[in-house]
Amino acid sequence: MKMPSKIRFAALIAIIAFFAPGLLSGQDMPRFRWENFTTANGLPDNHVFCVLVDGDRIWAGTENGLGLYENGVWKTFRPSDGLAHQAVLSLALDKRTGDLWVGTMGGLSRISAGRIDNFTQLNSGLSNDIVYGVGVQGDFVWTATAAGASRLNTRTGQWSLFNERNTPMYEIWTYAVSPAEDKVYYAVWGGGVLEYDVKTERWKDYNDPDGENEIVLMKDQGLIHEITTSVSYVDKILWVATYFGASRYDGRYWHNFLQKDSGLPSNFLNQIKAVDANRAWFSTDKGLAYYDGTNWSVYRPALDTHKPEMLVRDAAGVVRKIAVQSAPAHNYILGVDFQGDNLWVATAKGLSHGIRQGGSSKVAQTRTDSARAVQLVQARKLIQK
Amino acid sequence: MRLENQLHGRAKWIATVIPAVALTFVLMLLAPAAKPASPQSEEAVNQHYLSPIEMALSPDGRFLYVVCQASDEMRVVDLASGTVVSNVPVGHVPRGIALSRDGRQIYVTNAWSDTVSVIDAATLTVVRTLPTGFEPTGIVCDKSGKTLYVANRLSSDISVIDVNTGQEIKRLLAGRGASYLALSADGKWIYATHIYPNAGAFRTQPNSEITVIDTVRQAVVERKRLHNAAGVFHVALSSDGKLGVAAQLRPKNLIPLAHVEHGWAFGDSLTLFGDDIGGTLQVPIDELDRYYALPWGVAITPDKLKLFVTTAGSQSVTVIDVQKLLTFARTRRESSRNPANDLSASANYVTARIPVGRNPRGALLSQDGKRLYVANRLDDNISVIDTSTDKITSTIDLGGPKTINALRRGEQLFFTADYAFQGQFGCANCHLDATIDGLQWDLEPDGFGRDIVDNRSLESLAGTEPFKWNGGNPDMPTECGPRTEKFFYRSQSYTPQQLTDLVSFVYSLPYRPNRYRLPNGDLTPAQERGKAIFERTKYKSGKPIPEKNQCAYCHSGPKYTNQQQVDVGTGKSTDRSPVIDVPQLSNVAYSAPYLHDGSARSLEEIWTVFNPKDTHGVSNDLRKEELNDLIEYLKTL
Repeated sequence: MKMPSKIRFAALIAIIAFFAPGLLSGQDMPRFRWENFTTANGLPDNHVFCVLVDGDRIWAGTENGLGLYENGVWKTFRPSDGLAHQAVLSLALDKRTGDLWVGTMGGLSRISAGRIDNFTQLNSGLSNDIVYGVGVQGDFVWTATAAGASRLNTRTGQWSLFNERNTPMYEIWTYAVSPAEDKVYYAVWGGGVLEYDVKTERWKDYNDPDGENEIVLMKDQGLIHEITTSVSYVDKILWVATYFGASRYDGRYWHNFLQKDSGLPSNFLNQIKAVDANRAWFSTDKGLAYYDGTNWSVYRPALDTHKPEMLVRDAAGVVRKIAVQSAPAHNYILGVDFQGDNLWVATAKGLSHGIRQGGSSKVAQTRTDSARAVQLVQARKLIQK
Repeated sequence: MRLENQLHGRAKWIATVIPAVALTFVLMLLAPAAKPASPQSEEAVNQHYLSPIEMALSPDGRFLYVVCQASDEMRVVDLASGTVVSNVPVGHVPRGIALSRDGRQIYVTNAWSDTVSVIDAATLTVVRTLPTGFEPTGIVCDKSGKTLYVANRLSSDISVIDVNTGQEIKRLLAGRGASYLALSADGKWIYATHIYPNAGAFRTQPNSEITVIDTVRQAVVERKRLHNAAGVFHVALSSDGKLGVAAQLRPKNLIPLAHVEHGWAFGDSLTLFGDDIGGTLQVPIDELDRYYALPWGVAITPDKLKLFVTTAGSQSVTVIDVQKLLTFARTRRESSRNPANDLSASANYVTARIPVGRNPRGALLSQDGKRLYVANRLDDNISVIDTSTDKITSTIDLGGPKTINALRRGEQLFFTADYAFQGQFGCANCHLDATIDGLQWDLEPDGFGRDIVDNRSLESLAGTEPFKWNGGNPDMPTECGPRTEKFFYRSQSYTPQQLTDLVSFVYSLPYRPNRYRLPNGDLTPAQERGKAIFERTKYKSGKPIPEKNQCAYCHSGPKYTNQQQVDVGTGKSTDRSPVIDVPQLSNVAYSAPYLHDGSARSLEEIWTVFNPKDTHGVSNDLRKEELNDLIEYLKTL
């Protein structure tokens, strides 16, 4: 039954009035002091593909080795140290055991208390040696490779391969994986998103309803684009990064983010990493972006002057520049991980440590705002029905 | 309850001994012909020996709990009377034991059941059975009493089990063949050893590790690398936590075994670690002209004055003065002279060798450190040693059969090093616990690096003749007889009777439980697909595969071998001949590496690396997932 239009309008006004204070808090967006690491201070290589935080230890996957930053010192792992390959594309931590899984351009490495074991397409059931993504789900290690998905059962040693023959994967170039207890999501470069239901062991695909068009005809009707680069499944919400925008899917509704109508600095995304159901970080080719559910902020060296820059875009679309003294090492961001309120950011020209400035009350305020904002979106959708 | 158990035990004993005596008599008649006894009938008889292997003491020191590997039970000894007062049936092939912190529960690992039996110490009954990984062996209970750690030999990991729920919380990666665990006195750390070397590059010295677990984080935090060690057994910590000791073998597998008389095939040694040492240091327990084979059990007295090491192949306990050992270690570290291969070193710290029973394994000290209990596995008794005099004060009979049948004699021969030159090694040095050692050996006296051979499994060998990778030995008596005596041991010969007994024992070694089959025996879909590939007769193109190049042609029959010798293209330029004996595939999953020389580190590499021309079966038309399916099937054999 449809709600009368006057009542709908009144309800919307009431909701907006209720949430309005939170929507005006763009100035509370997190600020950071950035410390940057390059080969000059011990990073194995300046081209950093990925970063992972393990307590006080930071792992950086670079084009020429895996770096471990611990107690202020960098240690490098390369094939001469037992690593499968020097180009490290992806990292995943088994939080139960402390083992690190390392996806490289020459196979998958497992680093366990200093011991390195390698799994390749020749010595194991791994589908392909180019391991773009890796994730741990209980006793399973999921990998995204250039020839489909592989799953290792660490208890039995069994490998299961998933590709175009046993899933709806019409393109086998899997680029990232985000496993959780109930679902496993894959970003398939050129093939949208694949979902594996842990309980039913069935696969389902999500594709751009516009097909492979790069023109968005129906914005919130589905995945924004087929060329997906990253997935992040947190609090039962799926976030997707593509080369043509980002998507958020709550299991029922899609919401897409484009440069033109959001705070994204670019539609070209390398990674997306969700904090929770409402907040996420976006690694783009034009800076690092954060979305708190309502407001956006961008951190980068300015595109023209290369001076440190922070931009904040509020719910009304008003963009303000915040004066900052530091910025991530480069605009081309490849990945991010969290260390409490701090950030570690992989860029094309170094690894950046974002040290949060300001008190924790603002963090809490931001969380409240974002939760309200999502409630507002949901309320709006209900009213639209 | 205990009386019932005793009566039950006596009836079982009578039922055991009578057939055993009869069968032994029959076997003696057959001995001159040097034919092996029927494996099935002998195996049945052998089940009634006890084979004590590990022990634990009740908190009040009144009772000794003894794990009896061959009889699937835990026997309880009243130490005041020195008699067995109870038998507690547990799972199949029990191998490890630990007590809860309050001593109210006893935990026994069952290696072939993949379980832990939880025994109520008051009623001496199994009250719970907990699942583990493959072939659980060593076990410890953490200081809180809330968590069990179990070393799983075949899955090469450590199960972390919540005692309250009985659920396995997680598995920790350990060394290959994870087997023994020790908890530090402060409860902060668990040290784990493993009996097979970790995977390494072909024809390089083996490496092992001592895996260190943080009991708060329940995670592995360190792996102490043991260079050139393969076969690491018990590990013990001093009461002050500053000295750790692990018993181990140092194999010399990269040079021809013909050099036995010029050095050694195995160094029997200890790895020392901890604050007293600063890092790790390997020290030998052998002497210049006498070896003490298979160091296995380790115990350090609470006052840290003495260290006892059982040498399973030499029927003795080695006694070491700890202070002299530490002085020696410090001196060698300061002078940077590695003592690992110095056979004169042991004179600096070994103070006594105490002869005990056959195949001594577990070594356990009383709480005051005044008595040492040694489990003589192949004598079914316990030696009690006064640690101040280093003399045996009594021997506790566990109630095993009084007669020794052919299989038992063969088993005793298998595990002793007495027949090798200077007592250097026995069959069980390479076939650890009658399995493999994960090593590749340069056996032949034909030059360095020629005819390298991988150690083969001994499971269920009847019907797999001939033996050796080139099929050169037509039968087991030839394999175990002249070849072993003259070529390996370079010492005295077995008598015909001994050879018959040894062959009977080797043939009796059963097929271990296969963990990859579903409980109902069915195959999973992946295994079914793999079976179809294994049995296929046509290429994918439809063209027939020549019969001799079909998997199931050579790997046929109940043991998956047609007992022929063929050239499948896996021979190396260093091999005298590319013709290889078709190996049986029983439990092939457990016997990595593969091929005759162990050059394939995994089953996958047999085909991805060493079969470029489809001469070892047809694999090059398979997709990757199909090869995975084939391997999943092979693991079920």
